[in-house]
Amino acid sequence: MKEEPEQTTRRNFIGWGLITSLAAFLGMLFYPIVRFIIPPTVAESSQNSVVAAKVNELQPNSAKIFPFANKPAILIRLASGEYRALTAVCTHLQCTVQYRSDFNAIWCACHNAKFDVNGAVISGPPPAPLDTFEVNMSGDDIIVSKRA
Amino acid sequence: MKKQSKILNWLEERFDLSGINKFIDKKVVPVHKYHFWYGIGGIAMFLFVVQAVTGILLLLYYRPSADNAFESVEFIMTSVRFGWLIRSIHSWGANLMIFVLFVHMFSTFFMKAYRKPRELTWISGVILLVLSLAFGFSGYLLPWNKLAYFATKVGTEMASLVPFVGKEILIFLRGGEDVTGATLTRFFGFHVALLPAITMIFLGIHLLFIQAQGMSVPPSIEEEYKKNPKSIKFFPDFLLRDAVGWLVVLGLLGILAALFPWELGEKADPFASAPQGIKPEWFFVFLFETLKYVPPKILIFEGEVLAILAIALGVVFWMLVPFFDKRAQLNKPSPLFTAIGVTLVLYIIIMTAVSYLFS
Ligand code: HEM
Ligand code: FES
Repeated sequence: MKEEPEQTTRRNFIGWGLITSLAAFLGMLFYPIVRFIIPPTVAESSQNSVVAAKVNELQPNSAKIFPFANKPAILIRLASGEYRALTAVCTHLQCTVQYRSDFNAIWCACHNAKFDVNGAVISGPPPAPLDTFEVNMSGDDIIVSKRA
Repeated sequence: MKKQSKILNWLEERFDLSGINKFIDKKVVPVHKYHFWYGIGGIAMFLFVVQAVTGILLLLYYRPSADNAFESVEFIMTSVRFGWLIRSIHSWGANLMIFVLFVHMFSTFFMKAYRKPRELTWISGVILLVLSLAFGFSGYLLPWNKLAYFATKVGTEMASLVPFVGKEILIFLRGGEDVTGATLTRFFGFHVALLPAITMIFLGIHLLFIQAQGMSVPPSIEEEYKKNPKSIKFFPDFLLRDAVGWLVVLGLLGILAALFPWELGEKADPFASAPQGIKPEWFFVFLFETLKYVPPKILIFEGEVLAILAIALGVVFWMLVPFFDKRAQLNKPSPLFTAIGVTLVLYIIIMTAVSYLFS
């Protein structure tokens, strides 16, 4: 093999130019496509409080799921009559949890996890407790709000 | 050449068909004690055609949005004439197709059909299986019922376990942070446009390689076969045999659809608690069950993350088996790889059984 660095320079240069313009062209082609595929982030709901239920809607030792900032949340009326509100999105793989009156705790059906009514994990795979919300009464309404 | 139809003559005057004729004339399929297994791939292909036909029919009534999807499938099941039949065949056919693909894959594996020169046929086959699993996963959500909604939520959440880009993959799959109507639209697009297009390409490649190379004879009986080679013509003999199998499968689908129409369940409600008994489709169950036994922490790593990585590595290994199985490449027996295959089959069967029997 004879080395001919000088002779091939021009060819190399044109080849290089061709490849970079091809790359630029492909970039131009695919950039908008890739950006299109990634969905725009919808503004995080700024809802800070919601009317979750009416007073007397829930019997003691029962609960309901309600939408709060586009995600499910759970309002529990304890046997004592007190209220608790928590996110209903399981910290494991995001299933929606439910209240079990038979053992007075929160239960996730997906992988059999239990949380106590304050959100702490009792058993099962969830790596973190459920976030809790504040509960206040205002006339006939039970208002749930994010903790400041 | 003499007793040829007018149409063929007409075509032959315009195009050179001698290549095709010669190909059809020469193509043969070996006959030996494992001959039966050559028909399985054809059954999978037949089922794919059934899926395409019934899928296109479903498209006439199906509406891909969170507000309408469930009702439109209900409409198909209750009001459209033979709607129950078409939908049930599509659902049963999907499951049967994946089952048949597993059988096809393991039969070619144990016959060592991935040996040189068929490495690329094997790789394209593994890709086709992965595409079919994606078909199943995306189709499952389309009726927008409760079980599918939460199974999809859990299934896509797995993607977030992938290191570094997990979150991005999750958002790409869901079309947002959560499983919503946006996810349904996306899955619909994957299911009826993207996956069919990609699958057609890989199916074309797979079939092209097979036609170009013919069928392999398993090494374990190659000596014996060479002494007494027997074969039948592909066209029409083998094709007719295949067609009998297809007819049986079509009959089976009809029976399954009539006796066990596919259920629809309850409409998904993002603000309802997850029901009990959420399971992925049966062909993912062995992986799902595996994840249950992984400890939450292995050394300093999250157990589930390691498990996902191990599964991904396993798939890559499986795809590259032709290059790892050096002994088979040299036409020597390779008991190690046979053992790996047997272990995998047993693992899949046992894990699936454990999941259905004990949880
Ligand atoms: C060109 C091909 C296909 C088209 C146009 C198509 C179209 C559709 C449509 C419109 C639905 C929604 C209606 C319904 O839920 O019953 C559906 C559902 C489904 N598809 Fe397909 N499909 C195709 C191929 C496949 C393949 C190859 C598989 C699997 C191997 C598959 C698996 C499924 C599954 C599991 C469902 C859910 C069935 C149910 O629960 O009702 N599809 N498909
Ligand atoms: S999603 Fe709740 S326990 Fe797994």
